[in-house]
Amino acid sequence: MTRAPPRSRVDPLGAVLVAAGAAAVLFLPFVLLKANRILPGDPRSFAQVLPPWAALGCTALLGVTGVGALWIASARARLALALGGVVAVALAAAAAGDALTPPGDSVVRIAPGGAFWVLLVCLGLLATDAATRLKPKPALRVLFLAGSLAVAGLALAHGIFDHLSVMREYAVNAARFAHEARRHLALAFGSLAAAALVGLPLGVLCHRLPRLRPGVLATLNVIQTIPAIALFGILMAPLGALAAAVPFADRLGIRGVGAAPAVVALFLYSLLPIVANTVAGLKRVSRAAVEAAHGMGMTGWQVLTKVELILALPVILTGVRVVLVQNIGMVTVAALIGGGGLGAFVFQGIGQTAIDLVLLGAIPIVTLAFSAALVLDALVEILDRVKA
Amino acid sequence: MITVENLSKRYGNTTVVDGVSLTVERNSITAIVGTSGSGKSTLLRMINRLVEPSSGRVLIDGRDTRDEPAYLLRRHIGYVIQGNGLFPHRTVAENIATVPRLLGWEARRIEARVAELLEVFALDPASYAHALPHQLSGGQQQRVGVARALAAEPMVLLMDEPFGALDPIIRAKAQDDLLDIQRRFGMTVVLVTHDMDEAFRLGTQVAVMSGGRLLQYDRPAVLLTQPADPFVARMTGLADRAMRLLSLVTAGEAALPGTCDGPAVPPTATLREVLSELLWRGADSARVVDAEGRVRGQLTVGAILARGRP
Repeated sequence: MTRAPPRSRVDPLGAVLVAAGAAAVLFLPFVLLKANRILPGDPRSFAQVLPPWAALGCTALLGVTGVGALWIASARARLALALGGVVAVALAAAAAGDALTPPGDSVVRIAPGGAFWVLLVCLGLLATDAATRLKPKPALRVLFLAGSLAVAGLALAHGIFDHLSVMREYAVNAARFAHEARRHLALAFGSLAAAALVGLPLGVLCHRLPRLRPGVLATLNVIQTIPAIALFGILMAPLGALAAAVPFADRLGIRGVGAAPAVVALFLYSLLPIVANTVAGLKRVSRAAVEAAHGMGMTGWQVLTKVELILALPVILTGVRVVLVQNIGMVTVAALIGGGGLGAFVFQGIGQTAIDLVLLGAIPIVTLAFSAALVLDALVEILDRVKA
Repeated sequence: MITVENLSKRYGNTTVVDGVSLTVERNSITAIVGTSGSGKSTLLRMINRLVEPSSGRVLIDGRDTRDEPAYLLRRHIGYVIQGNGLFPHRTVAENIATVPRLLGWEARRIEARVAELLEVFALDPASYAHALPHQLSGGQQQRVGVARALAAEPMVLLMDEPFGALDPIIRAKAQDDLLDIQRRFGMTVVLVTHDMDEAFRLGTQVAVMSGGRLLQYDRPAVLLTQPADPFVARMTGLADRAMRLLSLVTAGEAALPGTCDGPAVPPTATLREVLSELLWRGADSARVVDAEGRVRGQLTVGAILARGRP
């Protein structure tokens, strides 16, 4: 941790964030009151929606956070203030939802407004910056993530946010949400597993037969450059033909539209990072260690599994991280061709101009991708430290 | 005993090792020297079949090395390479236990063997057994590399430029250690080096290779006094061959009866060192005195110089 600089020094990042947050509170609505889910909202500010004591308390807390962001150097204190701010903003939004919803009404929508989102982003950046300065150990980072998710989950389960628009959409779609979320994960992890199953041996092969390497990597590179929608389109024809020609293919779910082209496309996109990182990982394994392993009488398989792959694992996992985050994002697009997943809410919401429905799909996707990145980064760091 | 019979290795039209035959006696150290590209490493690697010979064969204690799969053969042959090749993800103890584990030794026996080797190689188990290789110094890593090669009590130890990555002072220590270890465990050592001094210092027998062919294979003194080939003479060093010859004989071996007033030298000192001492002190003769203080004889400048002639 850096020593506290002189009091007069203003933290530059803090200054930017405080300016943005203050401007948002002054000029943007905190919540939008909509008569129904697709009508444009009626802007309400902080002070208009909260009881005076709550508005005052919340403003005071944000003020303290702002002062802290500007002048407090201790990373721990900054992190605590930022997290306190997040909780305050979230609770204020929840309270606004409760206050503005007429009893028994299910048509009115209270959507978080610009000020809410800007404050959340500013506080999030403040927290991330403070956490980075603390340089927490990987296990602690994962623990912190798990804790944050648990708190958020408990708050949601407890119904604190039930009067906010996104949760209104959730209440209507609860059964489908669980189904689409499971499908989203199955598509993302399924195509990752398939890519790992094929990509790992292919990477090992490319490492062993250098003549193969340029051709394979160039081909996979070309696949990466095809836009997702275009690839879905390209796959529709052959998969459709396969479904028509093979009697049982259709019953197995192989069709021109739906999950099949989505999985195949994600699988193809996933191959490059996995193959390329397997090759790079194996290349950095000390040749002397491999030679010694052979010289001591390990079989070819033992050398591969006990020495080469283990030493290459951090780099291979970096590829897996890229693939997983990429897949979680890209599965969204699969909804366009009937692949399902949380993207279904996003596109349905766009179709209905119901922004809350879009958020119902988008927020979990972002959370998933962020969590996957954090967990795999931690894993890579742990493994790499052992290896050094 | 290792018998190499007419061993050759060809890659396409290039012959890397060309019809080499030699016999390595049990319980000895054979140093293979040559310039880079002479085929010395390939010859060594054909003994444990890291390189498969194109023709010819290798017998170890009368058994053809091709009688069993290469990986099983290698578990009974120690192998040390330049830069030690330790597994960076495994602790020192795990590295040393590699071959015993492959051989399926019992855990208790492995543990005992690892402890014994750590002690032999002056690595305190408390501080080093669970250290990772990168936490050790270069000299320590090299010792762990040799300990790992000896873990399963092999009768044959192959070393490919084992001391090449060490600085001169640590290298001299490592060479002395190897001589001690070889005396202690009595294995047969074949060592590849490009350093003639190292070959002379360690080798009971020295094999000189050039262009894939074995030019001469004999005791170091014979290489100096009767080089079979101008290349051997050049390799062994025309300018200081007399000094090299002196460095092959110890004071204890050359001492003549009687005593004198000259400076005391230990019986383990080479004649080269004794001569240097006499030059430094301006004396004509030295007393050979052992560790217990007994006079074992004397050496005159004349007697030493006589030993420097072929």
